Amino acid sequence: MKKLGFIVNPYAGIGGSVALKGSDGDEIVEKALSLGAVQKAPERAKIALKELLAIKDEFEMITCPGDMGENEAKEMGIDAEVIGAAHDGRTKAEDTYAAAKAMGERNVDLILFAGGDGTARDIYDTIGTAIPVVGIPAGTKMHSGIYAASPVAAGKLCSMYLTGIIGRTTELEVMDIDEEAFREGQVKAKLYGALKVPNAPNLTQGMKSGGHAKDESIYLDGIAEAVVSSMEDDVLYIIGSGTTCKPIMDRLGLEDTLLGVDVVCNKKLVASDVTEKQLKELIEGRKAIIYVTPIGGQGYIFGRGNQQLSGDVIRIVGVENVKIVATPTKLQSLPNHQMRVVTVVVEVDEMLKGPKRVVSSKSEISILDIA
Amino acid sequence: MKPNYLSDEKFRGTKEFVDPQRIIRDKFQQVRWQEPLCYDIGRPGERGVLLDYAEDEIVDEFGDDIGNVVPKSMLRKEPPRLPEVGQARVVKHFTRLSEQMSSEDSTICFPLGTCTMKYNPKIHERFANMPQFAELHPRQDDDTVQGILEIMYKMQEYLKALSGLDGITLQPACGSQGVFSNARILRAYQEDRGFGLDKKDEIISTVFSHPCNPATPAMSGYKVITLYPDETGYPSLEKFKAAINERTAGMIICCPDDTGIFNPDIAEINRAVHEVGGLCILDSANANGYFGWARAKESGFDMTHWNLHKSFASPHGGAGPGSGPIAVREDLKEYLPVPTVDFDGEKYFLNYDHPKSIGKVRSFYGNVGVVLRAFSWVTSLGKEGMREVTNTAVLNSNYLRTYLEELDGIEVGFNMPQRLHEIRYSLDKIYQDTGFDSDLITQRLNDFGIGGSFTSHHPMIVPNPITPEPTETYSKEEIDEYAAAMKEIVRECYEEPELIAHAPNNCSFPNITEEMANPASQATCRSVFERIHKK
Repeated sequence: MKKLGFIVNPYAGIGGSVALKGSDGDEIVEKALSLGAVQKAPERAKIALKELLAIKDEFEMITCPGDMGENEAKEMGIDAEVIGAAHDGRTKAEDTYAAAKAMGERNVDLILFAGGDGTARDIYDTIGTAIPVVGIPAGTKMHSGIYAASPVAAGKLCSMYLTGIIGRTTELEVMDIDEEAFREGQVKAKLYGALKVPNAPNLTQGMKSGGHAKDESIYLDGIAEAVVSSMEDDVLYIIGSGTTCKPIMDRLGLEDTLLGVDVVCNKKLVASDVTEKQLKELIEGRKAIIYVTPIGGQGYIFGRGNQQLSGDVIRIVGVENVKIVATPTKLQSLPNHQMRVVTVVVEVDEMLKGPKRVVSSKSEISILDIA
Repeated sequence: MKPNYLSDEKFRGTKEFVDPQRIIRDKFQQVRWQEPLCYDIGRPGERGVLLDYAEDEIVDEFGDDIGNVVPKSMLRKEPPRLPEVGQARVVKHFTRLSEQMSSEDSTICFPLGTCTMKYNPKIHERFANMPQFAELHPRQDDDTVQGILEIMYKMQEYLKALSGLDGITLQPACGSQGVFSNARILRAYQEDRGFGLDKKDEIISTVFSHPCNPATPAMSGYKVITLYPDETGYPSLEKFKAAINERTAGMIICCPDDTGIFNPDIAEINRAVHEVGGLCILDSANANGYFGWARAKESGFDMTHWNLHKSFASPHGGAGPGSGPIAVREDLKEYLPVPTVDFDGEKYFLNYDHPKSIGKVRSFYGNVGVVLRAFSWVTSLGKEGMREVTNTAVLNSNYLRTYLEELDGIEVGFNMPQRLHEIRYSLDKIYQDTGFDSDLITQRLNDFGIGGSFTSHHPMIVPNPITPEPTETYSKEEIDEYAAAMKEIVRECYEEPELIAHAPNNCSFPNITEEMANPASQATCRSVFERIHKK
């Protein structure tokens, strides 16, 4: 008889409903609950379990104590063996690790879990691709492709795998973003790894931008090529932060400060991770060009994550020397197809506004408004 | 709020009320033949046609060895690996496959928007199948094909009238080949005037323009400047002016875009491009939105192209033969691909005398059969009929809108009330609520006996898009049927998600995923398949 592991992250997605952009960390969970957020993961888990009722005598379930699975299974009338110690208070990532690890040791055939990107990451950290999984979507951030299309789809997928209707598995991506940064206004989605999932593309989310990762790297190279080939002697090039600007430094063979601003002249590094004060000293009386990229999904080119490039710095450099780079995929992610600025210096913001060229490669340029 | 007779119970009993349950084909079931590949039926030696032995006098003359007639070096070493199947079995095989297809003649095909799905009048097929046309050979002398040349010439005259432009070629075999020809003419013209790529190397386009609009100038060596829309759905005049400069060689855009929005500043934009010496090219794939009401010339365009296989009611299913003729203004005629069809007052002839021609873009004269059908269509409609086509297409699209935009979860992309022949809608709210994207949702339409859907050209600027285009062909009842099916599907997304997650459920084949459409993982034919699998 097949063995099914069942894990619920009861606080998954709790931050989303009260606009907290995720639920990683104790403080956020407390804050969400105090704002009146309700747990949605247990409900979604039960919807998935409903799909398993018809075959409940055909598998053994192993689950975690309390609201991490035991309660949900009981409410749906599925008998389950409970493993691990009952926890008091809020469940944490460690509880997911422990549960997944214990299930691995018990040689379960499949793990069904409810959660979001963070939960998928925790499972990945524990079992990797050793055991196939089915994810019930219940999080705020759902960048990972491993999740089923809906709780019902998760239940069906699980049922079809346990009964052998689906035999093959495929590896899908686990993504997560840095929630801390997300709350500060930055989106940094990162590929963590892959989980093994029963192969049924109809029932899983897949990556929404599937297959585009390759295009992205072509454009990132294209941006670096366009920028480096246009560099003139004795001009200071101020290279902004982020993964879009990094390939420019890579192409020059220079060390890049991913989250900071670097200065280059004659293809040599002048200063790394500069402050506003250093920048002002450097550009005094010199011709300088700033390369920046909008924040994906938001559009800020100044004022978020690159405060060194202040209104004063932009004024000294001149708005005509502000150059923008971005891949088409990033441009298409911008709300209302606009870029935004908040340099705090109103006059500079005003000067920057209006249609601006954005370079995606030597031969591809877009024009979007800075609003 | 407009009255919505389809969805609102309070209209039940009135003449206009349409009962959705009555018009949806909820028992539809497409046939599943489980038919093997042709290679996997039959047996060695089985034959469809048996050829007789050569007569004695032929054998006497040439011998009985094929090597006496065909050079040895050209002979195959081993016979081709073709299926060996008797005639009756072949007939069944292909009939079964055809029964598993959905087609313009059996289903509502307008969800396949931007393709301008129209009824293809059957009499046009009879014309095209007449031996007088079907048995013509492209190498025949002009004197012996005056009839088809006259038809081609007159089709050129029709297209001149529709665009207001002066020179036509019928050669390009599809829309993108037409746009490519235009881009090549643009470059030849600029180079002739001393503006090579060193001086003018930028082409302006918009992100909603068809993908070949930026792709073909890029193939021709140009940088492409892509404009993103404002909240109106089109880029402002100011944005165009920010793009236009001394390096601008020209502009290639759609107007209206697939959003059905006509850029009201188009004449002024074209003027600004002309002021810096650029050429303006209109992609007329969306001509169903303005036949007889607006022309390329008066809008300030210098060149355009059409898709005869779409807007002009010639069939274009299954990526079959197309026709993408182009039109150019007087001083660009000398660059047209050769030959054009001309008339010297007495007879029609193929004119190769264009010394500055960009060359041939297609073997012989393009897809003449498609031109013939399009000629029949225009002739049968006349000027007023063409205007009526657009009126009806615009009316149908806006009629459909009154239903769709009332459905929770479906929104019209961009806040512009006036729309022409098609509208891009967004299902993003449904996606956010349920996780079903527009690709998956439209798969479910097939379960109600409705043909394939098209979401949007890339990039998908409107999130989770659909682009139905009901054209002038479809009746009110058919549009109602589509709207009722969409209404039911939206309900299912929320209440019976398993029906959507697996869709299509009642069709010959399950959901064809994006991966299956990935050319890198596909074998296009048996020999490629065998090469990949080393058989």
